[in-house]
Amino acid sequence: MAHEVPASTLYGLMAEFDSPSALVEAADKARLAGYRRMDAYSPIPIEELSEALGLRRTRLPILVFLGGLAGGLGGYGLEYWSQVIEYPMNIGGRLYHSWPHFIPVTFETTVLGAALTAFVGMWALNELPQPYHPVFNVPEFVRASTDRFFLCIESGDPRFDREATWTFLEGLRPVGVSEVAP
Amino acid sequence: MADNLEQPHHRIGAADDTAALMARTPAVIAPGHTFDTVTDVISHTVLSKRTPLGWFLGFGVAFILLMILNLTIGNLLLTGIGIWGNNVPVGWAFDIINFVWWIGIGHAGTLISAILLLFRQQWRTSINRFAEAMTLFAVACAAMFPVLHTGRPWLAIYWLFPYPNTMGLWPQFKSPLIWDVFAVSTYATVSLLFWYTGLVPDLATLRDRAKSRVAQRIYGMAALGWRGSARHWQRYEMAYLLLAGISTPLVLSVHSVVSFDFAVSVLPGWHATIFPPYFVAGAIYSGFAMVMTLAIPLRRFYGLEDFITMRHIHNMTKVMLVTGMIVAYGYANEAFFSWYSANPYEGYMMLNRMTGPYALFYWSLIGINAMMIQLFWFRSVRENIPLLFVLSLFVNIGMWLERFIIIVTSLHRDFLPSSWDMYAPTRWDFGMFAGTIGLFLALFFLFIRFLPAIAMFEMRAIVPEAKLKMEHHG
Repeated sequence: MAHEVPASTLYGLMAEFDSPSALVEAADKARLAGYRRMDAYSPIPIEELSEALGLRRTRLPILVFLGGLAGGLGGYGLEYWSQVIEYPMNIGGRLYHSWPHFIPVTFETTVLGAALTAFVGMWALNELPQPYHPVFNVPEFVRASTDRFFLCIESGDPRFDREATWTFLEGLRPVGVSEVAP
Repeated sequence: MADNLEQPHHRIGAADDTAALMARTPAVIAPGHTFDTVTDVISHTVLSKRTPLGWFLGFGVAFILLMILNLTIGNLLLTGIGIWGNNVPVGWAFDIINFVWWIGIGHAGTLISAILLLFRQQWRTSINRFAEAMTLFAVACAAMFPVLHTGRPWLAIYWLFPYPNTMGLWPQFKSPLIWDVFAVSTYATVSLLFWYTGLVPDLATLRDRAKSRVAQRIYGMAALGWRGSARHWQRYEMAYLLLAGISTPLVLSVHSVVSFDFAVSVLPGWHATIFPPYFVAGAIYSGFAMVMTLAIPLRRFYGLEDFITMRHIHNMTKVMLVTGMIVAYGYANEAFFSWYSANPYEGYMMLNRMTGPYALFYWSLIGINAMMIQLFWFRSVRENIPLLFVLSLFVNIGMWLERFIIIVTSLHRDFLPSSWDMYAPTRWDFGMFAGTIGLFLALFFLFIRFLPAIAMFEMRAIVPEAKLKMEHHG
């Protein structure tokens, strides 16, 4: 199946490895060789891969902080507005703005805002759900969720050259190299 | 980097002790497993065409109980909450006892999935998935009680949630009951998000391994197109860690808020500052008992002894011992303050618990939660699986009795002797309670059949193959 796909429409070339160490090493070498538009696929999270691929830190923590802040302010604001402005009611002689009573709900809405942001933010930044992706065209990729590790150099990379990249990937001693149809 | 992974967890000089201890401590995963074998063993339960007969038997029992729940709720909605035994002066009984009991059970799931993750306790890995599922199902059962206690939940929703309703009314935010609504609904939501996030990579594995087209489609849709990209894993791990960090104070807050339902009132037996920590410890204690009750048959019948090892059993027993002792301290503290406060109402409340009409329940819970758990000190007990199963059931019972005592004895004889009365549950109270046990078990059986009960990707990350064996090119 090596040359079935026309070069212009190739998504990339993908090498298959049988251990996390081999994948990290390969990603490292690919980065040192100047490749940037590439991605690694593994059945387990591998912390070292981020460094090997030269990935930047994710913005997620700051988004989660803002989500939590919005949740907390929203919760307290709702309590203040409904208990002090919209419908003040005397409950056992307590102040309308009796802030200690407002803390539990404020805490919970903070948590809710942060958690929803962590969940929605993570999937949104990952651009998932995505029903179709070219990497699934490689038959061997079915093992990417069990015990195989893949490195895909995408055709969009400026250094990408079908023959040279193929040779480069072969040089990393993978289990195999495949073309990825778009 | 390799140094980091190999670093021994002991001080120099204690090496011999540690080696001896390590030899006696079972591993978190049996030796000889690889990426493929852990994935295969765990996914086989789900993808296998053959459903074990035992599953049908268990699900059948759960389903019958579930039908009792339907019957009870049907009658409740047609007749009203008068079918329950609670009435003045005991206005709260099974509805809140069972609510607190179920919520408490849920707490162990979050403790295992979030707090133990933050403390890097590797043994959490093989029990976190089903413990989180247990949390969700327990919260679903718990929520049913207060919601149905409103009698006509569809009319009562404006008491519970702030939304612009036609009457222009707002919930009373100075009431602990509203705090409870927010705490429990947030807890349910966050637990669900956490659980589903953890499931996605495993759903992708099931999608890739399923043979039938239907299973591929369903797991494929649920997996959201997960492909194990390094970029995705990076954000995923961050989100998972953040969710764990967020869930940790949340789980402590939930049972604290539940305890405020009582502690903020002025009733003897309820109005106590020990309540929040005492409730949280009790929740974790009863939750671990439920995890044990579920884990022991699960590992036995599905052959998961390699993953849920004796190490897990030991550790869970130890957590129960510690939290059980905190609960016992809570009992001692309550008794001490009823005397030390020199308040006649507090004093009578405690005397009534110890010698009144419900004294049998009080001494049973002391016998279980303060005395029986001392057995967990012994290694021979911690290794006796059938005995542990029985003891874990007793802990579940003991914690239910604790809530019964706290709620019923405090209410049935308060300040004014002329309003004293006895409380007895009706068959509908029992029907509702048994029914929620049915709902819980039915959901749990479905979960075991259709979703991986152990987190496959996390198990893959702890097999020896997952360690990087390279020289690092810093």
